Amino acid sequence: MERKDWPLWEVFVRSKAGLSHKHAGSLHAPDEEMAISNARDVYTRRSEGVSIWVVESKHIHSTLETDSESMFDPNEDKIYRHPTFYDIPDEVGHM
Amino acid sequence: MSEQDLQAIFDKKIENEVKIEPKDWMPDSYRKNVLRQMAQHAHSEIVGMLPEGNWITRAPSMRRKVALLAKIQDEAGHGLYLYSAAETLGKDRERIVLDLLEGKAKYSSIFNYPALTWADIGAVGWLVDGAAIVNQIMLQKTSYGPYSRAMIRICKEESFHQRQGYEILLTLCRGTEEQKAMAQDALNRFWWPSLMMFGPSDKDSPHSAQSMAWKVKRMGNDELRQKFIDQTVKQADFLGLKIPDPDLKWNEEKGQYDWGLIDWEEFYNVIKGNGPCNKERLAARQAAYDNGAWVRDAATAFANKKAKRRDKDAA
Repeated sequence: MERKDWPLWEVFVRSKAGLSHKHAGSLHAPDEEMAISNARDVYTRRSEGVSIWVVESKHIHSTLETDSESMFDPNEDKIYRHPTFYDIPDEVGHM
Repeated sequence: MSEQDLQAIFDKKIENEVKIEPKDWMPDSYRKNVLRQMAQHAHSEIVGMLPEGNWITRAPSMRRKVALLAKIQDEAGHGLYLYSAAETLGKDRERIVLDLLEGKAKYSSIFNYPALTWADIGAVGWLVDGAAIVNQIMLQKTSYGPYSRAMIRICKEESFHQRQGYEILLTLCRGTEEQKAMAQDALNRFWWPSLMMFGPSDKDSPHSAQSMAWKVKRMGNDELRQKFIDQTVKQADFLGLKIPDPDLKWNEEKGQYDWGLIDWEEFYNVIKGNGPCNKERLAARQAAYDNGAWVRDAATAFANKKAKRRDKDAA
């Protein structure tokens, strides 16, 4: 598809080996190669990363603020999902 | 949900220090106000590269040259963080940039002053970046999430800018009489315009009260300006330079400095486009935009060609 404007990309940076990629910001670029190259210059000028992901912003889908009650609130009363809900005598030791 | 309910949720978030995020409902006036401020801030970073760019080829040593290059590259980066943050409010990057070129958007009036000598590069780092840092530290706590995150990142990077400027002046002040005089001259020219960077007094500022109520800004222009003055005086003393304000003196009772009057006529005149470099700055931005057009077109054409080839291979 012919395109004139540069799409928006979201940039994710892995700060060091062993950690997950974390959202760093966004930028415009004509393709993925340029997006990665620009991301290096914009978001890792001071050794902030060892790996970069870029993904076109239009491919990211998210929850909506208006959904957040039905999405997340049901977990609030499910305290039995947490280890502290269960009574274990001290004598048993760390568990 | 009714607009009233949405407004109530928004107000509650502001009250409870919960950040507003791009897809959240927000009043149109908030969107407009934050967008205007972020775009203006982004333009300032980009136009701010111009007075310094002039000195890259004339930096007195390799050490100074790499530092100045790195600082200017940071400013391009800071402009990009801010443009990205501004775009989250629904205005295209291209449109935001064109607003500047068409004279519809402002940038900080300080960049309409020229950097005439090498000492000016020191003064810009020390005073202009120093003033910007005072403002930006406050903005780290702004209520709009993307703006706040951009500010946190920028503040982390910016302190080297001020230190490199101060070091330039320190070197000049420990040098010959002429070098010290050059440093004093730079301070004389940059002091008052730096104070103007904080904007008009809150009582005369059209956006101040509303911005404070929305927690877009967390401190008033006058408070920030005072903070900057109080922290800068002793730095000038250490350099052995004299701040060009005969009314400047310590007020024991208030625990802060008293100081003279800003020439607001000069400030409004520069904002109106009559500063020493307004035309030059916009012309330089326009030339950069025009001269970069073929690069943008070529990159687009190349991306389209690659995509076509990929489609063909896949078929």
